[in-house]
Amino acid sequence: MEKKDNNNISRRRFLKHLGIGALAGVATACGSNVVSETDKKKAGDGKMTYRVNHNTGDSVSVLGYGCMRLPTKSDPKTDADPEIDQEAVNAQVDYALEHGVNYFDTSPAYCKGRSEHVMGIALSRHPRDSYFIATKLSNFAPSTWPREESIAMFENSLKELQTDYIDYLLLHAVGQGSFEALNGRYIDNGILDYLKEKKEAGVIRNLGFSYHGDVAVFDYLLEMMDRGEVHWDFVQIQLNYIDWNNAKKVNDSNTDASYLYAELERRNIPVVIMEPLLGGRLASVSAPIAAKMKQRRPDDSIASWAFRYAGSHPGVLTVLSGMTYLDHLKENVATYSPLDPVTDEENEFLEVVAQEILQNDTVPCTDCKYCMPCPYGVNIPAIFAHYNKCVNDDNVARDTRDPHYDKARRAFLVGYDRTVPKLRQASRCIACGNCLSECPQSIDIPGRLREIDQYVDRLKSGKA
Amino acid sequence: MHFKQALKASCAFFDNRYGATDLFMLKALRVIFAIVCLAAVTLLFVDFTGFAAGHWGWLAKIQFVPALLSLNLLVVAALVVLTLVFGRLYCSVICPLGVFQDFINWLHNHFGGKRAKRNNRFRYHAPHKKLRLSFLTLFVVMIAVGIVGLSSTAFAAAGLIEPYSAYGRIATQLFAPVYDAGNNVLADMSAASDNYDFYHVLPRFAWPVFIVAALTFIVVVTFAWIGGRNYCNIVCPVGTVLGYLSKYSLLKPVIDKSKCNGCRKCERNCKASCIDGHNHVIDYTRCVTCFDCIGNCSQHAISYRPALRKKAADQGAEAKTETKADSKTDAGRRSFIITGAAIAGGLVARAAVKGDGGLAPVKDKKRPERETQVVPPGAISASHLNARCTSCQLCINSCPEGVLKPSTDIESFMHPVSYYTDGWCRPDCTTCGDVCPVGAIVSLDPAEKSSTKIGTAKVDLDTCISASAGQQCGNCERHCPAGAITMAPVSDAPGAHLRPIVDEAACIGCGACEYHCPVGTAGIIRADHSAIHVEGVDVHRLI
Repeated sequence: MEKKDNNNISRRRFLKHLGIGALAGVATACGSNVVSETDKKKAGDGKMTYRVNHNTGDSVSVLGYGCMRLPTKSDPKTDADPEIDQEAVNAQVDYALEHGVNYFDTSPAYCKGRSEHVMGIALSRHPRDSYFIATKLSNFAPSTWPREESIAMFENSLKELQTDYIDYLLLHAVGQGSFEALNGRYIDNGILDYLKEKKEAGVIRNLGFSYHGDVAVFDYLLEMMDRGEVHWDFVQIQLNYIDWNNAKKVNDSNTDASYLYAELERRNIPVVIMEPLLGGRLASVSAPIAAKMKQRRPDDSIASWAFRYAGSHPGVLTVLSGMTYLDHLKENVATYSPLDPVTDEENEFLEVVAQEILQNDTVPCTDCKYCMPCPYGVNIPAIFAHYNKCVNDDNVARDTRDPHYDKARRAFLVGYDRTVPKLRQASRCIACGNCLSECPQSIDIPGRLREIDQYVDRLKSGKA
Repeated sequence: MHFKQALKASCAFFDNRYGATDLFMLKALRVIFAIVCLAAVTLLFVDFTGFAAGHWGWLAKIQFVPALLSLNLLVVAALVVLTLVFGRLYCSVICPLGVFQDFINWLHNHFGGKRAKRNNRFRYHAPHKKLRLSFLTLFVVMIAVGIVGLSSTAFAAAGLIEPYSAYGRIATQLFAPVYDAGNNVLADMSAASDNYDFYHVLPRFAWPVFIVAALTFIVVVTFAWIGGRNYCNIVCPVGTVLGYLSKYSLLKPVIDKSKCNGCRKCERNCKASCIDGHNHVIDYTRCVTCFDCIGNCSQHAISYRPALRKKAADQGAEAKTETKADSKTDAGRRSFIITGAAIAGGLVARAAVKGDGGLAPVKDKKRPERETQVVPPGAISASHLNARCTSCQLCINSCPEGVLKPSTDIESFMHPVSYYTDGWCRPDCTTCGDVCPVGAIVSLDPAEKSSTKIGTAKVDLDTCISASAGQQCGNCERHCPAGAITMAPVSDAPGAHLRPIVDEAACIGCGACEYHCPVGTAGIIRADHSAIHVEGVDVHRLI
């Protein structure tokens, strides 16, 4: 009897040891996580990372404050003309300055033309030498192309921003409208020469441009610099881990950031980054990708990956983020205090993520129906067809703050019920996996159905 | 003394300032307001988008019985004051069943039989005092019995004659199908043009309620067609209560004997049969302040004004009669646009499913037979719900997921119960509690709602395809918003099948598992009932 008991105990002990061994194994496997977690702690508590602009010696925070989507008093989703909440802007500017953010990027075009005025009020409460102001000559409308009009716009910027000099002035979104717009806005009317004069006079400390669209214009402006006709102190481009190598897949008129960045780096021009989150798309990714990110850095937000990625390029002066909410600002400050650059391994991981995100846009279902009939009655190709249609019609809203959220939501849900009867919708998939081997496109059918189902669920409960 | 003088002065002022023509405006106003109210309340019951309930849901909450039952004393007081000042305007404007009867009466006056018989069809008769008091007493007793929890059947029976709920049932069961059919035609058209403004709706039809609604409809229409406002003045408990109140109302229609020529046109066109033309007396307990008589009187002998009953009678006694040529103020001829329930639209069957061949059969799930019914969050318990609900169907019609259905059980007949065959109760939706005018379903905030336990999921291991056949499934686990379900082996044996384990303490009874269970909907599975279903809990609780 006793012996038996002993036997039992020893077996239990054996199992216990086995368990401890297994745990230790798991711990070893998670070793990299433990390291990155301590890194993270260090990151949150530290000081903001700065980059030096060799042209003027400015020490610029790697996080730049974008002033395009300032906090408003009413919900911009319901109110067509919301009033900017000056108090909230002041509070955010104070927080930003206090935590080392010193680059503020605005434009006469932002917030229906109110951004400069509001930022002028918020910033003028602080010593002028404690921050850098970036604004733009946003003479998009042909009515502002005449020299006097453009000059008036520049002078008005000085007035609204309550300053007598601009630290960073940009030709705004060159490439849009190609050479016609470039010539009309800056060359033929002599505005570029005017800006050069202003730089000589010290009213503009750094002259640069932001680029969207026709890459030939980008090349042309850099060639101008090569010929010595102008000196670009900085250039602002769109850069994120999707656009690095896949810009054309997102938007045919975009150019790979890897090319733009290389051209600038070759000329030793500091780079300012816009769209690090690709219009917010990189702030929320599909569940499987999110899981992989959280496995690597459990405490970091999904968006922080994109910010770290953008900031990790050594030629980058600052990464702009439009922060409507204080919590976004706080999170971004934490990400960059100090910046923990992405490793080569993480870079590869993000390239894989980019491919998955691009794939995620539409389901590569060809409607061959090899998967059908699903034994549980799910109409697989019809669900994918509806989803793809909505993606292509831009009716997939990822965020309730999307301006067309309500329209997209309605189109998705109404169209869903219309094209797929309730008993055949994605929620009916039990993940039996019978279809998996049938799909010539190797689509993870249950996984994709689950994603669509979760999306529908979020739409139905009014959360994106 | 001062008061009497003031009253006298104001009587004189009313007599001089407002002649009969001015007072005719009163009727026009009453009709316009009544049409707007009826149309709005009807939309409340037929609209399925939540728009009406979101914008004028308060119209249900100012109805007399709902306000009384939900102890909305401010509304009750306001209605009492309204009646004490203006008489039974409530019955002529706010009450949907009352206005609906006026509409039937209007139809009779315009299309009912031979032209000669259409008008002048009413005669004064004495009030059915005993009858109406018996109905009222019965109603009060049955409501009281229901509220103290003695018999929910009594309460439900009382709800049958309650005008607001009766109209609600008529609107949801008789008018809504027509509205839906019209909508579905538009939805077909909008689908054809790739537009998302209109979408198909599921039928909102329930036989038991339909039968009750149809019977009520027949009774009310018959009453109105033959006897005008007899339903309101015999059966309706609200009519009786407000009737006795309006006896003491400040403003009343008063017959000036000195002007009356005794033609009795007012009496013959009074749908409440409350004007005794011979004696120049109006029974104010039955008068619904419709102002028809004022417009009908060629002698301008009836005016709406502050009146002490005694005064009016005294004035009348001294008066002398005068005859005048008949002028024609025929209210019957005046036409008002009635929007009401006249929603045209042909019935179009749903487009048949095309023969695609590639689809496995699916079927509609059968409702589970529960030991304890599941009632929506905010209902607190079945007994709380049954002691308050007047079965107006507003919550059932408003439920965006189609979860709420009218009960067929005798003790909760036509009250809402939750069935998860067409949808499940989303934790963040609070619609039913928000629309309920009687407080039978209490309004919860989303946080409360998502943590209110209304039932517990139970698994049937014999039909669960995972537990019984080892089919990989777990659809209940995946869809549980409370994270209360985990798939775990049925035994320690290697390769044992997985079964859903319900954490009873975490389960809120929302029915996501029941709705998503493939058993009962997938044609390849023989069972008709879900393998996991929710059993109600006696009293809801926060978890």
